[in-house]
Amino acid sequence: MTIEFHQKPGLVVYLTIGDPDLATSKQIALAAIDAGADVLELGVPFSDPLADGPVIQRASERAVRNGTRLDDVLALARALRTERPRVGLVIFSYLNPILRMGLEKFAAAAEQAGVDAVLVTDLIVEESEQYRAVLHRHHLQPIFLAAPTSPDNRLARIAEVSEGFIYAISRVGITGTQQEVAGDARDLVARLRRYTQLPIALGFGISNAAHVAAVAEFADAAVIGSAIVALIERSTPQQAPSAVGEFIAALRAPVPSESAVS
Amino acid sequence: MPVAATVPGRFDAYGGRYVPETLMAALQELEIAYAEAQRDPAFASELSYLLHHYAGRPTPLYFASRLTESLGGAKIYLKREDLLHTGAHKINNCLGQGLLARRMGKRRIIAETGAGQHGVATATVCALFGMECIVYMGQEDMRRQELNVYRMRLLGAEVRSVTAGSATLKDAINEAMRDWVVNVRTTHYLLGSVLGAHPYPTMVRDFHRVIGIEARRQILEAEGRLPHAVLACVGGGSNAIGAFYEFIPDQNVRLIGVEAGGRGPALGEHAARFQGGSPGVLQGTYSYVLQDDAGQIANTHSVSAGLDYASIGPEHAALHDSGRAEYVSASDAAALQATVRLARMEGILPALESAHAVAEAIRIAPTMNRSDILLINLSGRGDKDMGILARELKLQGA
Repeated sequence: MTIEFHQKPGLVVYLTIGDPDLATSKQIALAAIDAGADVLELGVPFSDPLADGPVIQRASERAVRNGTRLDDVLALARALRTERPRVGLVIFSYLNPILRMGLEKFAAAAEQAGVDAVLVTDLIVEESEQYRAVLHRHHLQPIFLAAPTSPDNRLARIAEVSEGFIYAISRVGITGTQQEVAGDARDLVARLRRYTQLPIALGFGISNAAHVAAVAEFADAAVIGSAIVALIERSTPQQAPSAVGEFIAALRAPVPSESAVS
Repeated sequence: MPVAATVPGRFDAYGGRYVPETLMAALQELEIAYAEAQRDPAFASELSYLLHHYAGRPTPLYFASRLTESLGGAKIYLKREDLLHTGAHKINNCLGQGLLARRMGKRRIIAETGAGQHGVATATVCALFGMECIVYMGQEDMRRQELNVYRMRLLGAEVRSVTAGSATLKDAINEAMRDWVVNVRTTHYLLGSVLGAHPYPTMVRDFHRVIGIEARRQILEAEGRLPHAVLACVGGGSNAIGAFYEFIPDQNVRLIGVEAGGRGPALGEHAARFQGGSPGVLQGTYSYVLQDDAGQIANTHSVSAGLDYASIGPEHAALHDSGRAEYVSASDAAALQATVRLARMEGILPALESAHAVAEAIRIAPTMNRSDILLINLSGRGDKDMGILARELKLQGA
């Protein structure tokens, strides 16, 4: 299957699966889709999330502690695919849980579950040859990260091997919130456009409607992660799905133009 | 993920680069700067000047005659890295990377530390070169290696406590990598072991090769022949690879790495990666990792903070699989006993890390011939461990 953005800008929502628990994660995911998320990134909790800021670290720790595993995330993907056939589903993971399951076994299970794409935070293009081959055999799209620090030759290579969309990191840093969409982001997206026709989703630090509006000026989709994970952390399990739904619905609300961004 | 060994930074299937894309530019910059430095005679001569006049190289190779006599077997030699400035082999790498950071124009240095020896060596080199220094250290390690925390602060470094996970070395590395991702344009990450993404495992090994180069020459001078075995403790594995590397072509010399056996063989009770670990990716490199069946990294335990880590340098993984090096473990108790024995028989107080290698020598020496030679890399001194030793050995009280 393939990822599609049905609106402009598209909305990609990241969730740490298993935080606060699997059943709640499913309700949150459904609420996110119904509120307008085009794509869900189903985050596989990992004990050592070194690319993540404190919010996702804490979520990951909670999910690991309550025993959430890669198999659980795949089972959730299958359930979501059945209930919401059109949503884009991305497995978002660090490499080790996938290696532990076995690349082939993982890809077969993901394909069966109806997953569209896979993004591995700590897998760069140069190390990905075998991974991409296995993903392709199972009709899964590899998504790679592009960073403001990536020189043009790396962006070209990232564009060449990515499918579905390219995840552009809005600023140098770990996941988490920020005040404004950094100038780095606009420059990165412009550089990427030279090498790709794929949609470009911008993530890291996108947390409100003003950010989303700013992203819409130059990118195709916005990725919302830490802001939603933080909202889940602040909510009770009962409140979390509706809180996330309302938050996502409000992201497309019109904002006064002066709050758009550097 | 096994790939061909021809990829740079691979040791057979192990090693590689498993990092967020944000760090790739910095890793490539470092790789190029290091390659240029290696070709620059001025770099080599400045490093060698500092190693000699500042750090105190070459270190002696000392025949431990009373220990040898008491064991009644193989002759035991100690490569005295514990005599180096700052008290451990770590200064070799810190001087090298400090010079490299200066070449790259990076004035902000970050580092992780477990036992605190790498943190102290980094703080020292930053003081020497006038650089800003931030050291990440697990809260648990700050508690058990308190003296080194004071030393780092005295030297002008900022020590940042890490409370995540088990609050030990692994968690300090995560935090240092997060700092690096944020500040990558101005900051050099002075990684302290043969871990992490390429070029670190190769570069850090190269800066420690001097240990084995000296030791091989010294044992030939002293005995006219090579040792039966070279022993070293293995946390990340920097002192071990430094001691082993020059002996790798000498097929008759056994290379024995000693991991932390901790309190026992259950997952979480030790840091013996080759006796309970399996290949996986942690913190930038593919190597043996202690992990559960879902791929979550396991907690580890060792009485010595410097060995208390869930993965091991990728070159050790390759040496293990090829059979060129052997890896055994020594328990907390054996390391403590070895510490006391070396202190009382030779007047040398080893670091608890290094005491693991001494423990294995004590175990095997009596089974060997008096003509056999064991060469132990005594990677550090035990002053930093006085608090732990006082508690564990009940030295306190009236």
